[in-house]
Amino acid sequence: MSLRRDPNIIDPDGFYEELIAAQRDLSDELADLLLAKLVLILSNHVGDRAVLREALALARHNTVMTP
Amino acid sequence: MLKTYHFPEYAYRQTLEQRSGQAQARPLVIIGAGPVGLVAALDCARRGLPVVVLDDNNSVSMGSRAVCYAKRSLEILDRLGQGEALAAQGIKWQVGKVFFKEDLAYQFDLLPQAHHKMPAMINLQQYHLEERLVRACQLEPNIELRWKHKLLGLEQSDEGVSLQVQTPDGVFQMQTDWLIACDGAGSDTRAMLGLDFEGQVFQDRFLIADVVMKAQFPTERWFWFDPPFHPDQSVLLHKQCDSVWRIDFQLGRDADPAEEKRPEKVIPRIQAMLGPDAEFELEWVSVYQFACRRMKRFRHGRVLFAGDAAHQVSPFGARGANSGMQDADNLAWKLQAVIEGRAPETLLDSYHQERAAAADDNIAHSTRSTDFISPKSRASLRLRNAVLELAKTEPFARPLVNSGRLSLPTPYWDSALITPDEDSFDIGVPPGSPCVDAPLADGRWLLNVLGQDFMLLSFGAAGDCGLPVLELECAGLAAERYDARPGTCYLIRPDQVVAARWRRFDAAKIKVAFACSLGVVQ
Repeated sequence: MSLRRDPNIIDPDGFYEELIAAQRDLSDELADLLLAKLVLILSNHVGDRAVLREALALARHNTVMTP
Repeated sequence: MLKTYHFPEYAYRQTLEQRSGQAQARPLVIIGAGPVGLVAALDCARRGLPVVVLDDNNSVSMGSRAVCYAKRSLEILDRLGQGEALAAQGIKWQVGKVFFKEDLAYQFDLLPQAHHKMPAMINLQQYHLEERLVRACQLEPNIELRWKHKLLGLEQSDEGVSLQVQTPDGVFQMQTDWLIACDGAGSDTRAMLGLDFEGQVFQDRFLIADVVMKAQFPTERWFWFDPPFHPDQSVLLHKQCDSVWRIDFQLGRDADPAEEKRPEKVIPRIQAMLGPDAEFELEWVSVYQFACRRMKRFRHGRVLFAGDAAHQVSPFGARGANSGMQDADNLAWKLQAVIEGRAPETLLDSYHQERAAAADDNIAHSTRSTDFISPKSRASLRLRNAVLELAKTEPFARPLVNSGRLSLPTPYWDSALITPDEDSFDIGVPPGSPCVDAPLADGRWLLNVLGQDFMLLSFGAAGDCGLPVLELECAGLAAERYDARPGTCYLIRPDQVVAARWRRFDAAKIKVAFACSLGVVQ
């Protein structure tokens, strides 16, 4: 299996609303911590090391390439 | 005064009613001659109801205000005989570009489905729409437009509503059985009944400017997040008629509205955006804040609230005027049925149920867009910027970019007037949804043929059910869009919403569903 890059979330606006709501009323530090935990939770759910490696490379590349 | 538009001035006339001091009995008064009030007036008048419209001004809207009219609104306007001219006058667009900082994040194409009479969306200044609607109302013998008539007070009883109205000639009394308040976000009618909104007010201020451009830009919607010429804020550029462009600048929470409106302040902002060589003239400027909120109930006895008077949304997604016209469309036939004694008064409660659900849907969509456009915390700003950076290369991130979602009609799924499917359909047009247009074999359009009364749409021969029947061949695009097989029939409401549908004609079932959609308890 390789990393999915096509849209795969049903009702993307509803999902995004929940994602923002999850960190509502948190301090910036706690919101960062929440997002870090979310990365770990989802990584564990994916499990597949090849997919995770691809995701990490994409995230890094997109961030380093984008000024 | 605008350089591209001359505002009409409508004559104030003292009425015989005021001169004589004898209040006349009448079924319906509408407060406010904006898009919603004028559509309500036209719809009611065409249903045979005499209508008096009161407006405290004597012209159309100042500035472009609502500029995007979506397909469902255009279809309602077309039912009222105005769609073709408006679609021809408006600007049609389908490409949108989203920029983040210096770069294009991605672009989209609305890709409207072919073979519909009305386009997915047009852009048109609100004053053009209002001017056309006023002209249509003036030609309608059932409508009396009373300019410079300001509502000062009202009192309602079981029998009707008495109004205290002020004109340049003084104050006089009017009587009406029913009142529709379409007097906007700052509705006086609402205040007179001591009613308020429930919801959220946003602190961000926005500057909107109408600009006449000398140079040609493509007819596209351009949206910038955090552009170099307006850091940390968003900007929207959208084309209207007569080479007028609408520019929206997000100003943030601390902006001073009086200061921001000054041309000395606005012109450099626009110059920075368009580049040093761009030639343009400023037509109109306004600074606004917005709210996402609605009244708890849209019906208060004999007073019905529609449009911004009943509910407000952020401007992202063009849901203000569009949803207001859909309110009018929902209300007109119900008032007609109640006034003619064909339905119980409680049918008007379904106006609140159906349109408050639509308002909630619009508020949810526009709140989501607002939260994406102006993130409220550091973490949500990070997430928003991450989405925009990923969108450049990653298809998965693009559906998450939210600079406003196209206004689509909210189906009345949960309405008590709607009969849920008992037969099996592969989508088609589900009960509660507005009818979908299609070209017919004889060259006409389905929505034009459906008209404005209850009707049975039958694919193949139908029997007698006491209602007018439109029989279509079970072939072609209409059959496809309605997932029709021979015998499939749809019960259509006067607002062209599907009330019920079946695989086989059954007069008894149709009668039950018809009674149900008039709010008659069996």
